[in-house]
Amino acid sequence: MSDIPFRDVDLEEDEAGPSTAEANYLEERFSLWSWLTTTDHKRIGILYLISTTFFFFIGGAAAVLIRLELFTPAGDLLTDDGYNKVFTLHGVVMVWFFLVPVIPSVLGNFLIPLMLGAKDLAFPRLNLASWYLNIIGGGFAVWAMLAGGVDTGWTFYTPYSTAFANSHVSLTAIGVFISGFSTIATGVNMIVTVHTMRPAGMGWFRMPLFVWAIYATSLIMLLSTPVLAIVLTLLITERLLGLGIFNPEYGGDPILFQHLFWFYSHPAVYIMILPGMGVVTEVITCFARRRVFGYKAMVYALLAIAVIGFFVWGHHMFTSGQSMYASLTFSFLSFIVAVPSAIKVFNWTATLYRGQITFEASMLYAMGFVGLFTMGGLTGLFLASVPVDLHMHDTYFVVAHFHYIMVGGMVSAFFAGLHFWWPKITGRMYPETAARIAAMLMFFGFNLTFFPQFILGNIGMPRRYHAYPDEFQVWHVLSSAGAVILAAAYLMPLFYLAWSLIWGRKAGRNPWRAHGLEWQTTSPPPKHNFLANPDVSGDVYAYHPRRNPRDE
Amino acid sequence: MSKTPFPGQEAAALPPRALASHFHDLSQQKAAHDLGLWIFLATEILFFGGLFAAYLVYALLHPGPFFEAAAETEILIGTINTAILLTSGLTAALAVKAAGQNRHDAVLLLIGITILLGLAFLAAKGFEYWLDIHHHLYPTSPDFPLEAPAAKLFWSLYWVMTGLHAVHMTVGLGIWAVIWEMARRRNFSLSDNSRVRIAGLYWAFVDLMWLFLWPLLYLAGRAG
Repeated sequence: MSDIPFRDVDLEEDEAGPSTAEANYLEERFSLWSWLTTTDHKRIGILYLISTTFFFFIGGAAAVLIRLELFTPAGDLLTDDGYNKVFTLHGVVMVWFFLVPVIPSVLGNFLIPLMLGAKDLAFPRLNLASWYLNIIGGGFAVWAMLAGGVDTGWTFYTPYSTAFANSHVSLTAIGVFISGFSTIATGVNMIVTVHTMRPAGMGWFRMPLFVWAIYATSLIMLLSTPVLAIVLTLLITERLLGLGIFNPEYGGDPILFQHLFWFYSHPAVYIMILPGMGVVTEVITCFARRRVFGYKAMVYALLAIAVIGFFVWGHHMFTSGQSMYASLTFSFLSFIVAVPSAIKVFNWTATLYRGQITFEASMLYAMGFVGLFTMGGLTGLFLASVPVDLHMHDTYFVVAHFHYIMVGGMVSAFFAGLHFWWPKITGRMYPETAARIAAMLMFFGFNLTFFPQFILGNIGMPRRYHAYPDEFQVWHVLSSAGAVILAAAYLMPLFYLAWSLIWGRKAGRNPWRAHGLEWQTTSPPPKHNFLANPDVSGDVYAYHPRRNPRDE
Repeated sequence: MSKTPFPGQEAAALPPRALASHFHDLSQQKAAHDLGLWIFLATEILFFGGLFAAYLVYALLHPGPFFEAAAETEILIGTINTAILLTSGLTAALAVKAAGQNRHDAVLLLIGITILLGLAFLAAKGFEYWLDIHHHLYPTSPDFPLEAPAAKLFWSLYWVMTGLHAVHMTVGLGIWAVIWEMARRRNFSLSDNSRVRIAGLYWAFVDLMWLFLWPLLYLAGRAG
């Protein structure tokens, strides 16, 4: 593979660079209607950015209520019923309307065609439809919230959800069902685009790892989401039509519901982390000025996580009464999935070795990701072993574990990516100092919020309770205090990124001196992405020359 | 994925609307459309797969009541419907073949027959549902005729499985109707466009699902 030595592009020169004949995608047309009917993947990415931000703050408001309630041992802020509804809202909104779409649909939408040198995704109209399906589904969920809420938890376990709950279970389930179609549409679009629209000269193993991550994520989306759709359909028919697939009175098996639900929802956990892995790989290589260590191992690790992730769902059900042999098998397979995850962590670390590291905000977020993901992954091993899980099941240890992955991992990665590609998306630089402060604040606030929850879980605090014995209070107070810092750290980007839209310094084509086709076009890109065919001969991670030309 | 070029595929000879602006050429567009539908069908298989898994689990847990309940389905209508649906699968496949050869009249005729057969299937299915309800064969009925509680599991699955299949049939008929109308107006070039082939693939999938439902719901419990 030939190396194109990196040509340092002087920012000043670049800004004065060739004026574009074609208006950029933001200036092409201004009307609201042109945005709502757009089939441009970049604009749809922006639409998703707006809608996921909206849902993030709804889910975040619910989290604030939870942490306020748990500040004191007595259940004094919310009723027990109200508390159930608030944590359900938090879970439903954060999982299906924020975490699942956020990176694939915002950054993936914007970047996949650019990284492949293509003009658009394979199915632009389907892409727009997926956004509408997502907000219609979200509309149902919000409607259910306004109509009085739903109290089953985001997992909708039967028979409570079918036979006993008097809240708006069906309405919420319909919303999630609809948003599932949005996920499937995105997955189809991404896979077909990667398969059929790579430029001549970009083989599979020359694609950026972000593209691989979105590809692996899309595989999971396609093969797991339909199972969620069918299990929600069965739930809805049971509530609305009186059919009884899970009804114990007929000999139906509520555990079957759990099996089908987790057949979706465990792989969905990987939908909520693989895209983040893709983002941090791009960010770390750029700010360490190093080729990614072990490119092929990174690819196979992504695919291995995607595949093995389908065979570990039973570790959510160790205490449900499934057979001991099933539990042991699922336990073993859950340990196996840690291997490719560890490969990724080792390779990110090895990429930093001998790097010329600079700590831009997105690098800070990415480093935070690696640390927090490692914590979340290692505590996952505790929970994967049956005897420990019997002790920890349904305690705050589990809550802390998955928040380390979902929030510490995925949300950090999203912010890393948002800052990294913000100049490309908007054509403006964000204020670096404010962003660095926000990144560090987020890391600190996150750990203060969730680390005490590991201890709480270990000493016996169950999840989903709004009142608790006095001896737990000190840890809950620490956690709530951390949540305040975390909330501030999440609000900061809202302000300084908005500020940068108007007052931010104009970004050149390539402010980070990064490789990858998306940096070859103007910032923001023109409507059809590239004015001239991008040069795909370079290596996407050519940040330093190879010492041994035969190195691969 | 089939990338076999069809006659008249060269970019220069195209009517401008056949190729969407973000594709390089027709073969790329065709590959994308075909792959898209195949992947979509994979998701459909998992969608129905959840139902088949539930059927399998319950048939193993409660074999006696399950097969007793299965013997109550309307086997005559179910079997006639199987024949109707398979015939519509044949006409759909022939329509795809004719579209590849740009034979307009044949395509219109074959899609027309496919639509009529599909409607006949749904009509017979509707009559069967009417009979089922008449016989109180739904789980909430106070006069449900079977003793064993698990019989209600079978009948819950029956309604969900056939109901979802009918929904897919209806979607397929809608797609055929739109394509028939577009083809009648000669809105698109038959051989340069994937529409007929994609609708045919989808229809074949709906057929195939019925070939699993028919033995599970109608033939089970009737041996010996």
